[in-house]
Amino acid sequence: MDKPRNTTVDAGLLIKDAAKLLPDPSRRLFLRNTASLGALALLTGCDIVDGPSSERALRIVSNFNDWVQARLFNPDRLAETYPESAIKTPFPFNAYYSEQEAPDVDEDTYKLVLDGLIDSKQPWTLDQLYALPQETQITRLICVEGWSAIGKWTGTRLGHFLRRVGADLTAKYVHFACAEGYSVSIDMPTALHAQTQMTFKFGGETLPVKYGFPMRIRMPTKLGFKNPKHVVGLAVLNNYTGGYWEDRGYNWFSGL
Amino acid sequence: MTDTTNIETARGIEAGPVIHPLYVRITHWINALAMLVMIGSGWQIYNASPLFGFTFPGNSLGGWLAGGLLWHFAAMWLLIVNGLVYLVLSLATGRFRRKLLPIRPREVVGDAKAALTGKLRYDDLSRYNAVQKLVYVGILLTGAVIVLSGLAIWKPVQFRPLADLFGGFDAARYVHFFAMAAILVFLVVHVVMAMLVPKSLRAMITGR
Repeated sequence: MDKPRNTTVDAGLLIKDAAKLLPDPSRRLFLRNTASLGALALLTGCDIVDGPSSERALRIVSNFNDWVQARLFNPDRLAETYPESAIKTPFPFNAYYSEQEAPDVDEDTYKLVLDGLIDSKQPWTLDQLYALPQETQITRLICVEGWSAIGKWTGTRLGHFLRRVGADLTAKYVHFACAEGYSVSIDMPTALHAQTQMTFKFGGETLPVKYGFPMRIRMPTKLGFKNPKHVVGLAVLNNYTGGYWEDRGYNWFSGL
Repeated sequence: MTDTTNIETARGIEAGPVIHPLYVRITHWINALAMLVMIGSGWQIYNASPLFGFTFPGNSLGGWLAGGLLWHFAAMWLLIVNGLVYLVLSLATGRFRRKLLPIRPREVVGDAKAALTGKLRYDDLSRYNAVQKLVYVGILLTGAVIVLSGLAIWKPVQFRPLADLFGGFDAARYVHFFAMAAILVFLVVHVVMAMLVPKSLRAMITGR
């Protein structure tokens, strides 16, 4: 299969593209082929189960659930950590593309592009990133699909990096752009959580392509799809930018 | 809720005493709706990563995983708020104590035998037989288990002690599933009984 890859992806453009506000009304319908729940339709005598109005209502509740989850989130509460023996091998690969299609980022020309409310926006090379203090966590990755797997990730606290580059820590969001076009945004409290990590290693080895080489963001306090791989751009923002799956209907906060 | 009876007789409404006060009827039907949505969307979520070697029939509520999740995490508010209203009122009015207690094992065995041999009478809907008491208490507890295990799955980090109570995230998924299965069994028997004894259905609509 052809790999949509290479390093010449313009991270700056990816960020700029993703960081503009998504026009809300034009968003695609996410309740595709919605079934009418027979019993429910009979009970109510009308078809409230599908269609744009129920989709709008569900989106409002989902936004309310974002708000609830932000309040439930305790910045000091750590996700459980596990012994080496609990690590799952082989660790599942999961993405919206196949394993062969994972983008092949060139480590020599790689740069992490910074944008938004950040003082020092010079791009970071991989060597510069590797020189940052690192720590290891053995935590559970929980997929939105329901399965979970314990893995070992090594890297730098995102909070450390954000302070280092002079990010506005009072901003609302941190947005990530990925080499393959994926994007995701998270709340600042989660970005500053002690276990939110710029990950460079998996299982003690350099992060393999399938798990997000050269850098993924690992946060055991959020569902797996909120943990972007192949991150090439980072922006600190006050405007909501959603994300690849969030625009397709997954709840934005998706905290654990 | 003895007041209800007085008010309604004062209004000159015919027929016997109120079997199910208004709050019971309203919360019952809201719960029925919320449960159907929770089960339908729950099947959709289950299908994304089945715990066993089967999936539920296609096109469950929501159309795909994201839709199922949105329905599930919307209907949960309806289920929880409605359930709390019911619990508080039932406890405050003493309905639980009056209707569901005591449960005597000897009576349960006797009534179960009578029910299975078709000899159990359902003349007085205002009094539950021992089997009904046991089943209703059981389904209330199952309701508590499904809500708590659901919260453990939703927030295994923030509600970590709760997740630990169920044996961790993965185990909580199984608990959540089996609680759903128990509710399904209850639902089928409950609906069959309501059809066999139609006046019990009428009582849950009109109150008498």
